[in-house]
Amino acid sequence: MSYTVDPGLYALGKPDDSSPVLVTANYKMSFDRLREALPERDAWILVLDTKGVNVWCAAGKGTFGTGELLRRMEASRLKEVVKHRSLILPQLGAPGVEAHFVKAISGFRVLYGPVSARDLPAYLDAGMKATPEMRRKNFPVGERAALIPIELVAALKAAFIAIPVLFFISAFTGREGLLGNMSTDGVFSIASILGAVIAGTVLFPLLLPYLPGRAFSTKGFIIGILTAGVLLFLWGYDLHSPGGLIGAIAWLLMISSVSACLAMNFTGSSTYTSLSGVKREMRWALPFEIGTALSGFGLWIVSRFMV
Amino acid sequence: MRKLVYLKNVVTLKIDEAKCTGCGMCLDVCPREVLKMNGRHVQIADRDSCMECGACSRNCPAGAIFVEAGVGCAAAVINGMLGRKDSACCCSVDPKTSSPNKSPGSCC
Repeated sequence: MSYTVDPGLYALGKPDDSSPVLVTANYKMSFDRLREALPERDAWILVLDTKGVNVWCAAGKGTFGTGELLRRMEASRLKEVVKHRSLILPQLGAPGVEAHFVKAISGFRVLYGPVSARDLPAYLDAGMKATPEMRRKNFPVGERAALIPIELVAALKAAFIAIPVLFFISAFTGREGLLGNMSTDGVFSIASILGAVIAGTVLFPLLLPYLPGRAFSTKGFIIGILTAGVLLFLWGYDLHSPGGLIGAIAWLLMISSVSACLAMNFTGSSTYTSLSGVKREMRWALPFEIGTALSGFGLWIVSRFMV
Repeated sequence: MRKLVYLKNVVTLKIDEAKCTGCGMCLDVCPREVLKMNGRHVQIADRDSCMECGACSRNCPAGAIFVEAGVGCAAAVINGMLGRKDSACCCSVDPKTSSPNKSPGSCC
């Protein structure tokens, strides 16, 4: 299945030489959102070749950029199609386009429209004026939830490697014999891994604004600790023997570090993290997560041999 | 929903107020309301909201804004450290395999 649209100039409705020109990426979803936002309107749609990537990401890479825009205008002979000299670009395309350069080369003035295509009718009706709300990019719960499947599946793939390893270790250590170990500690290790994955890839994005801290790792670590606590409580984990207590601490460390690491992965798809911030966060978070995970694993192994 | 803000005082955004002509282009392109017009030139109003997308500096006809633009993506940073290209970043998801449900702009 193809998610691209052929680049070039398209007519929406019955546009003439005074109809607005809207520019978008050749990611099918970007194109469709734009079309659907303008029912019963006449406009030209200029589709840039962004290799099927959405406007924001393509602008970051420069494929939704000044050069491609100028080339595509030239190739579609836009100058002969319309008599006005302005283009409406999605605001999120701005990181890739130098509006003043486009004007200097082509004579076309670049107007940045709203962030979301759904605000286009209001923007057009207001005479190409966007309200502050139209210019704002938030990270609402719907967008955060939409990221869950892809992150969850990726994390589960890694989990299915970790599960047999920890299950095997559980089975052959401990005090309750092979089957006893499997049905107690083995099952709990599976539950813990799945719990960590759910904390980092489901609970974290949903609860993002409400978790304390600013760094994604901090937020992920906290939701991981909470998840681990709930798991240990529900399981009725034995906290009275020294081995049980150390085992519980080990799981707290392992679950929270995995959750923190998975949470950090969301920096890429969030719409408010900066590169400088991510670098700063990773400088402490990555060693911290690896250290916590390894010490948790070490403690767990120790606890398996304690009476 | 309250505005989500990332780390304090980390971004590279700088404004040269002497060069700024007050055209307001940067205010139009910023999706995070980082800047505000203060009389004749632009000022940073909310530094920590900046995500260094680079839209303002690229569209400043006076060259008055500096920002080290980039994508705040942990996977890309790790790949960079390992000397790989940032191909694992969500922004370069193969269009043939990427989820059709992903809304534009919700990625990276």
